[in-house]
Amino acid sequence: MKSIILTQTTKFLTPAFVILSLFITYRGHNLPGGGFIGGLMLSTAFALLAVSDGVEKARHALRVSPEFLIAAGLCIALISGLPALLGDDAFMKSLWLPEFSLPLLGKIHLGTPIVFDIGVFMTVAGFTLKVFFSLCREEEN
Amino acid sequence: MIPILLTSLPLVLAVVVYFNGPLRAALTGKIAAACLLLLLGILAYVSSSPSLQHLLSSSIEWVPSLGVELLFSVNGFSRLMLFLIFGVGTVIFFYASDYLKSHPQQHRFLTVLLIFLTGMTGIVVSDNLIQLFIFWEVTSVTSYLLIGFKHEDAKSRWNALQALLVTGSGGVVLLLGFILLGSIAGSFDFQQIVQSKESILAHPYAVPAAICILIGALTKSGQFPFHFWLPNAMSAPTPVSAFLHSATMVKAGVFIVAKFTPIFTTQPYWDWPLVALGSITMLYASVMGLMQSDLKKILAYTTLAVLGLLMMLLGVGTELAVKSAIVFLLGHALYKSVLFLSAGSIDHAVHTREVGKLGGLFRWMPLTAITACLAALSKSGFPPFFGFLSKEYVYKAGLAEEAIAPFIIAMAVLTNMLLMALALKVGVHPYFSKKNSVPAAGKAHDPSPWMTFGPLMLASLGLAIGMFPAWISEHVTNPAVSTILMSEVSISMKLWHGLNLPLLLSVLTLAGGLSVYAMRHNRIFDKTRESTITDPFEKIYRSGHDGLIALTIWITGFIQSGSLKRYFIWMISFFVFLVMTKLILIGAPPKSSYETPLTLLDVSISIMMIAGMFGALITKSRLIMLLALSLVGFGIAWIFAVYSAPDLAITQILVETLIVVLFVLCIRKMSMIRSLTRVSTRVRDIALATLAGAIMTVLVLKSQWIQFAPSISEELMEWSYPLAKGKNVVNVILVDFRALDTFGEIIVLGIAALGVGILVTSNRSKSKEKSSNTP
Repeated sequence: MKSIILTQTTKFLTPAFVILSLFITYRGHNLPGGGFIGGLMLSTAFALLAVSDGVEKARHALRVSPEFLIAAGLCIALISGLPALLGDDAFMKSLWLPEFSLPLLGKIHLGTPIVFDIGVFMTVAGFTLKVFFSLCREEEN
Repeated sequence: MIPILLTSLPLVLAVVVYFNGPLRAALTGKIAAACLLLLLGILAYVSSSPSLQHLLSSSIEWVPSLGVELLFSVNGFSRLMLFLIFGVGTVIFFYASDYLKSHPQQHRFLTVLLIFLTGMTGIVVSDNLIQLFIFWEVTSVTSYLLIGFKHEDAKSRWNALQALLVTGSGGVVLLLGFILLGSIAGSFDFQQIVQSKESILAHPYAVPAAICILIGALTKSGQFPFHFWLPNAMSAPTPVSAFLHSATMVKAGVFIVAKFTPIFTTQPYWDWPLVALGSITMLYASVMGLMQSDLKKILAYTTLAVLGLLMMLLGVGTELAVKSAIVFLLGHALYKSVLFLSAGSIDHAVHTREVGKLGGLFRWMPLTAITACLAALSKSGFPPFFGFLSKEYVYKAGLAEEAIAPFIIAMAVLTNMLLMALALKVGVHPYFSKKNSVPAAGKAHDPSPWMTFGPLMLASLGLAIGMFPAWISEHVTNPAVSTILMSEVSISMKLWHGLNLPLLLSVLTLAGGLSVYAMRHNRIFDKTRESTITDPFEKIYRSGHDGLIALTIWITGFIQSGSLKRYFIWMISFFVFLVMTKLILIGAPPKSSYETPLTLLDVSISIMMIAGMFGALITKSRLIMLLALSLVGFGIAWIFAVYSAPDLAITQILVETLIVVLFVLCIRKMSMIRSLTRVSTRVRDIALATLAGAIMTVLVLKSQWIQFAPSISEELMEWSYPLAKGKNVVNVILVDFRALDTFGEIIVLGIAALGVGILVTSNRSKSKEKSSNTP
C-alpha cells in the first residue's frame, strides 16, 4: 500500500505514538491509561509503519523482536513481584519509594506497580506486534 | 528418618546409575545392589533395637497452610514388605546387572527399576493416602516402562500399554476411594482414618469408598476379571517379572487390602468380593497356567493364583487366615522370584522358554538346577520347606472358618495341587526330564556367580525358614499380622503339628499334584507356543480398546471437521447451551428496573451500530463489511466513554483500530464475495446468531441483579488511593490488587503469541512445500 501521504504522515506519527504510549503507561495509575492501553498504542505505531512502509521496515524500526519484548516484559513483571518477598511480604505486594519532585514532570511517585505495568506494556505490545507481523508477512508472501 | 532414607536413596542411586551410562551399568548396578543390601541391614538393625524405634516414623511439612503433611512410618507389616522389597531387590539387582550386560540401554533399565523401588517403598511406608497414591502411580508408570523395555517389539508395547491402562484406571478408582474416605474422616492421615472407623462405617459413602479401594487393589494384583494383563506383562525382561510381577508390585494390591482390613473387615461388601474374586482367580489362573508352554507365562499364572489365594484369605479375615496370608505372601515372594530368575537363566543360556523343548539341563547348569529345585519344592509344599508350612496354615485357617470351610478347603486343595504340578513343571522338568533335549544345550552353562548366588540364597532361605520357623514367626510375621488386625497376635509356627486334618490335606495335595504333573504329556496340557489358548478376557479387552479408539476417531472427525465455520458453530452453540441452562436455573429477575433513562445520544449510537450490522449483512464487498462491523465496535467504545469507563473505551478503540488495519491488510487481495450460502444454511446461521445475541442480552440484563458474592467494588474504590496510591481504580486493580491475575494473563498472551507464530510459520512452510512440489 504505497501512498506518499501515508508514508509522510507516518514519519511523524510513529515517534509521537511511541512517546504517547509511554506517557499513557506512566500516567495510568491515576488517570485513564496503563500498561494494556500503552502497549496497544505502541503496537498501533508500528502497525501504521508496517502498513505504510512494509513489515520489514517496521520490524527494523522496532529494533528488538516482538518475542524479545514478550520475554522481557514477562521477566520485568515477575521481577517487580520479588522485592516484596525480601521483606517477608506476599509475592507482588506493592512497595513505593518516597515521593519526590522533578522539574517539568512534577511529583514523581515510583513503586513496584509501575515496574509491573511496564512489564504488562511490553508483553502486550510484543504480543500484538507478533500477531500483526506474522499475519502481515503471511499476507505479503 | 529411616523410611525417608529408604524411599529417597533408590532415587539417588537411579540418578547415579543413569549418568554413569550403559558401559558402566554392570558395575553401577552391582553398587546399587550393595546399597540396597546395606539399607536392608540398616532397617533390620534399627527395627530390632528398641532404643531406635523413634527413627521408624517421620513426617515432612509439605503444604503447611493446607495442613498437608508427608507421613512416613514403618510398622510390622510394612517392615515385612520392606524386607521383601530390599531383600529380593538386592538379588534382582545383582542378577540384572549381569543379565542385560552390554545391552545399550541397561543403565536406563536399572534406573527405571530403581525408581520403581522408590515407588514401591513409598507405597509401603506412606501414612498419608494421597502420598501413597502418588507412589502407587509411580509403580504403575515404571511398570509400564519396564514391560515395554523391548520397545522395538510391537507386542511388548501393546502389553505395556495394557498393563498401564488396567492398573492406571484401577489407580484412578483407588484415588476416588481415598478421596471419599478422606472426606468422610476429614483427614488423609491413615492413623486418624483408622481411629474414626466407627463414623466411617456409619457413613453412606463407606460402601462406595470400600468398593473403589477394592477395585484399585484388585486391578493392581491382577485379580479376576482384571487378571489378563499380568501374563502379558511377561514380555518384560526376566528380572522385572521376578521383582515387579511376582515379588513386589502385584502385592501392592494385597498390601492395600491388608492395610484397610482394620477398617472394613467383617463388612459383607468388603469380605465377599474378596473371597469370591480371590477364589475364582486362584482356580481360573491355575487351570490356565496348566495350558501354557512358556516358562514365564506359567509362572505368571501361578502368581495370579497365589494372589487370588491371598485375597481370599484376607477376605476371610480371621486371625488365622490373616496369619496364613502373611506367611504365604512371604513364602511366595521367596520361591517365585527364584523360579523366575531360574527361568531367565535358562532363557539366557539356551534362548528358549518353551517347556516342551527343555529337558536335561541339570548336566550343564547344575547350580541353576539346584536353585530352581529348591524353590519348586518349597512352592509345591514338600516338608520341610517354607511352602509346606504356608500351605498348612492355609488349611488350618480354612478349617477354622465356620461358615464356608468346605468351600475354602476345596478351592485351596485344588489350587494347590495344580500349583504344585506347575511348580514341578517349571522347576524340575527342564532340568531333569530326559525326554526332550535342547539342541543348543551343549553350550549352556550356569550364568555368572552374580546371577546364581542370589537366587540360591533366596531358595535356601525358604528351606531354612521352613526348618526353623519360630524366629521368623516371632520377629517378622507376627508383628505384621498384629498390624493388620490391630491386636497382639501370638500364633507360633511349628513345622510339625502332629497328625491332623491339615496334614492329611497336605498329603492329599502332594498326591494330587504329583498325579497332575505325571499327566503333563497329556494332550490338553502339553501345549506349544502355537497351540496355547488366548485368554478370553484378553479378547474382551482388545475389543474395548479398539472400540474406544474408533469412538475417539469418530468424535474427533465429528467435532474437528477442519471447517472454521463448523468450529464457530460449535463454540457459539456450546456457549448458548451453557448460559441458557444457567439462566433458566437462576430464574426470572424480581422486577426489571433500569435506573438510567435512555438519552438521545444512546439512541443514536444504537442506531449507528444496528445500521453497521445490517450493512455488513447485505454487502458483497469484504472491505465494506469490515468497515461496517467496525462501526459496531466503535459504537461500543463510545458507550463505554459515555458511561464513564474511559479505560475500557480507549482499549476498545485501540483494539478495534488494530483489528481493522490487520483485516484490511489481510483481505485487500481477496475477491468480492461472489456466491452466498444456501438459504437453509443462512436460516440456521441467523437463528443461531439471534439466539446467541438474545442470550447475551438477557445475561447482561440479569447480571444487574445477580450477585453471587458480596460486591467488593465499593471497597476497592475506597482502598485505591490510601492503600495503593493510585486514583485510577481500574489500573490499580490490574497492577496491584489483582496483579497476580494480570501476570497470569500476560503469560497467556505470551503463549498465544508463540502459538500464532508457530501456526503461521508452519502454514508458510507447508505452502512452500506445495509450491516446490508443483513446478
